[in-house]
Amino acid sequence: MLSTPLIALIPLLPVISFVLIALVGKKYFPSLCGALGTLSLLVAFILSATVAYDYFFVVGKVGDTYQQIVPLKITWLQFTQNVSIDIGILLDPISVMMLVVVTLVSLMVHLYSLGYMKGEERYATFYSFLGLFTFSMLGLVLSSNIFQIYIFWELVGVSSYLLVGFYFDRPSAVSAAKKAFIVTRFADLGFLIGILILSFYAGTLDFQTLIAKLTTPTNEFHTIAAASFMGVSALTWGLVLVFIGGAGKSAMFPLHIWLPDAMEGPTPVSALIHAATMVVAGVFLVARLFPVFSMCAPALDVVMWVGASSSFIAAIIACTQTDIKRVLAYSTMSQIGYMMFSLGLARHGGEHGLGYMASMFHLFTHAMFKALLFLGAGAVIHYVHSNEMKDMGGLRKMMPVTHLTFLIACLAIAGIPPFAGFFSKEEILQAAFHANKAIFVIAIITAAITAFYMFRLYFSIFWNKPYHAHGESHDAHHGEAPGTMLIPLIILGLLSVCAGFIPFSKLVTSDGKELHTAFHLTFSIAPVVLATLGIIIALSFYKKESVTPQRISDGIGGLYRGAYNKFYIDELYLFVTKKILFPLVGRPAAWVDRNIVDGFMNLLATVTGQISFAIKKVQSGKTQSYAAYFFVGVIGFVLIFIYWWT
Amino acid sequence: MINLSVLLIIPLITALAVLLCSNAAQVRFMALLGSIVQLGYSSVLMFDYMGQRAAGNHSQMLYESRHAWFKGLNIEYYVGVDGISVAMIMLTAVVVMTGILISWNITKLTKEFFFLIVLLSLGAYGFFISLDLFTMFFFLEVAVIPKFLLIGIWGSGKKEYSAMKLALMLMGGSALVLIGLLCLYFNTTVLDPGAANGYHTFDLLRISRMHIPIEAQKFIFPLMFVGFGVFTAMFPFHTWAPDGHSSAPTAASMFLAGISMKLGGYGCLRVAAYLMPEAAHYYSWVIILLSTIAIIYGAFATLMQTDLKYINAYSSVSHCGFVIFGIGMLTKTAITGAVMQMVSHGLMTALFFAAIGMIYERAHTRQVAQLGGLLKTIPFIITVFVLAGLCSLGLPGLSGFVAEMTVFVGSWQRVDTFYRVSTVLACASIVVTAVYILRAVGAAAMGPIKNEEFRHFGDATWNEKLASVTLLVSILAIGIAPFWLNDLISPDTQIIMDNIARGVVGK
Repeated sequence: MLSTPLIALIPLLPVISFVLIALVGKKYFPSLCGALGTLSLLVAFILSATVAYDYFFVVGKVGDTYQQIVPLKITWLQFTQNVSIDIGILLDPISVMMLVVVTLVSLMVHLYSLGYMKGEERYATFYSFLGLFTFSMLGLVLSSNIFQIYIFWELVGVSSYLLVGFYFDRPSAVSAAKKAFIVTRFADLGFLIGILILSFYAGTLDFQTLIAKLTTPTNEFHTIAAASFMGVSALTWGLVLVFIGGAGKSAMFPLHIWLPDAMEGPTPVSALIHAATMVVAGVFLVARLFPVFSMCAPALDVVMWVGASSSFIAAIIACTQTDIKRVLAYSTMSQIGYMMFSLGLARHGGEHGLGYMASMFHLFTHAMFKALLFLGAGAVIHYVHSNEMKDMGGLRKMMPVTHLTFLIACLAIAGIPPFAGFFSKEEILQAAFHANKAIFVIAIITAAITAFYMFRLYFSIFWNKPYHAHGESHDAHHGEAPGTMLIPLIILGLLSVCAGFIPFSKLVTSDGKELHTAFHLTFSIAPVVLATLGIIIALSFYKKESVTPQRISDGIGGLYRGAYNKFYIDELYLFVTKKILFPLVGRPAAWVDRNIVDGFMNLLATVTGQISFAIKKVQSGKTQSYAAYFFVGVIGFVLIFIYWWT
Repeated sequence: MINLSVLLIIPLITALAVLLCSNAAQVRFMALLGSIVQLGYSSVLMFDYMGQRAAGNHSQMLYESRHAWFKGLNIEYYVGVDGISVAMIMLTAVVVMTGILISWNITKLTKEFFFLIVLLSLGAYGFFISLDLFTMFFFLEVAVIPKFLLIGIWGSGKKEYSAMKLALMLMGGSALVLIGLLCLYFNTTVLDPGAANGYHTFDLLRISRMHIPIEAQKFIFPLMFVGFGVFTAMFPFHTWAPDGHSSAPTAASMFLAGISMKLGGYGCLRVAAYLMPEAAHYYSWVIILLSTIAIIYGAFATLMQTDLKYINAYSSVSHCGFVIFGIGMLTKTAITGAVMQMVSHGLMTALFFAAIGMIYERAHTRQVAQLGGLLKTIPFIITVFVLAGLCSLGLPGLSGFVAEMTVFVGSWQRVDTFYRVSTVLACASIVVTAVYILRAVGAAAMGPIKNEEFRHFGDATWNEKLASVTLLVSILAIGIAPFWLNDLISPDTQIIMDNIARGVVGK
């Protein structure tokens, strides 16, 4: 097993790179910053791979169960005797898996950006932000304390803010960054209160103790879990609130509105943050607390239905979008919905844990092919200088490598064997089939739609009409991206082909024990046939320029417009904030402050002033008046004395 | 050996030296030198204090010394510090030094300006080290008058109005404190074997061990709490803050928000809650109600502001609400959080005002709508501005997060629906904070460059850089490694808490 300092080095390397670049690199060696960042990630990836190997094959398994290992724990902030925020490292199957995913995808993105961001004015800044993000994400997945995860949760949020708003002179990028931060902040409020509730009853913030305490049925929590609020038990409240935080980060309906807009960021950022790593943080969070969730069926039902509905809604919307990055964004949301409902229908331990395993498996494979899709899309955008499908078409000849890898990724996400997505999706569908038939139906329909819109995207970019280059810059190079961009595409392409063969059921399961899954060939027929059907429809519509899609969209009219406008959810939010919160809460608060609260103070001052002004006249300086006052005073006193004496 | 009186002597000498200087350059230099020496001495004090605590010195106050000042009324010059005061002294030293650096280019009446600033700091230091209520009050007053002049003379906008408003309201607050002080004094009895009857005392530690009659507490506590509350901009006595801050010159804003508002919070804790535990429990719900209103309402009022200084001033009302909120919760963790919030807010708001001042000096406007794209032209200043904003919205790694979270965790320990709901509402303010901070940052720093003149701005000068970096380092030191601050203050919040816990029994 690697020594603790080396493990700690994994998250520290990116942050060192961040600090170095931000403080010195930007000024003194801007052109080397990319190499510095990439190198730090390369080392971090090698260390992570070693940790993963050691954990899974050498030290992690005690008996037949994978253990949780905590090599490092530092008390960061002590609240009371038992309650403290610790910064530590917790190794278990999911965190080790995430470690590999994050460092791998981040490394690919670092490498890719060497070419993609070349010549960019804020090239060094870009790499420093990437380092900050990678650090935060690694800190998040390694968290040993529920507050630690919250800390890094906020940090990934701000890194995402900085990177989405990277092109800060574009107003659209600024508002997208702001929107992403605020929507997730809103969700994090739920997370924070959830933490407060759970930790209060568990009497600790430490994950291991917290899970152990809350899953002990004799814990007073479960006896006073009747300590309900509005008819819902405190445990359910806590878990659902924590899940709201997760749903915000993972762009689950109805908190998903920030994700499509976040595509304003540079494409490598979308690949890293908004496809492979940060957006699955919500799934990771639920998985991390899964033993507790498993105690609480209502909370898991919420997870399941939110996941399933997000998955379906996003797939519908994805069919109508024309910006290729937005299509990918909705597809990300849809696939994360898959992971979410798969967790929601699972239970802790044994056969019932199939959904958990499938969810983690899908998280892994999805990270590979979705990062690949984004990077491929980035190469296309780099060449075409547009995000719109209508500006593309026929690119397969100009960019053969991009074309091939993109095709692999599309096949993977569509669930065509033997590509990676097939295996993980298969497990999810099986889990759904056994646990909940309604979810299964939604899932399988979504799978078919997914195949359709992904190939709509594929054909529109690479086939359809022949490509007409506008401008001269395109003739200069043949169209294919530079080597630093192609290598990540090829590596991720290979992984998208073979990641499905990783025996996840042996490695990552809900209780750490091996899960025996049977592979039913007959079961796979239906999903694969449906997916193929989706591809064929896409082929017939989009391989050549045709009017059929237009005719169909006209035919279904209202539904198409609704989906095209993302079912007006953004407008709903805008209405609530711009028409309700600002004018009906903010403005009155400001007005009351100026006119009532402060007005009262001013009134007080005015009254005081006027009284003194009135009295002022008495002090006129005229001797006659003073003599008169004196005279009146003397008479007054005399009268009083007389009154007293008698 | 540390002598606390040095903390008063250094500013005194600096003030005199400033008066003797013959030109502006000398004045600036003297003031800076004095503040650096003071910062150095404060650091020595802090490390020595930590060393003594680590060595097992458990007396409640360290470095005590006392001299009778006015025998007839038993008023003493009695000083001593615990962890809370040490933290406050450090805060003051940092803010004073950076404030002097930021005011480097003051040309109008330079000598008087720096003299007043140093005098102001003298009041703050004296206040934080005093253990005699009357001496404490004396220093509180010393810190009020210079503010009036600083705003009235060097301010901008409707400065006379703001200066008057601020001075009157703060004076009103200290009048309440004075009444409370006297009432408290006449309710104390020290039984001295020598004297036939007991005598009264202003000695804070002695009073803390006495049982002030509960009926008297119920009368005195509101006077004290509201009196000090005015200083810390407690709702509804906060309206001096927006006008005062916006009219004040940069350094005065930094002082007002960074130090002056902390005098109030410190007083609420050290005097009101500590000395009158039964009343603190009795009025707890009122405090929570007012501070929750301040937090939420301050945040929403900020949302509608268009002037950067107003934004920070209203956000200060909201953030200082957390101080009162933490104190009102009466749990150890929440009170620790309140003290952390005082330190954190002091540093952060000083940095924010400094950044706003730097922007204003160049753009001559603070209207968010007129700014834009500044990140391109003055990257250093804007980075500082953004970091201050991020600290304000509670980003982990910066000090605001630590303080707020400590308050939240501590508040949640009050098991009662009313307190729980208040805590949830207070938590909700962090979302609103994010909205107004990001709106301001997005509009002022990002987007296209609004005005071609912005291209000719020079980035921060050495003094501005030094000031910003000093504040940033302090913010990061708390944000990244909060344990030292926690270790510094939490033993003393425990002592305060023990006294307050007495109030439950008494009730």
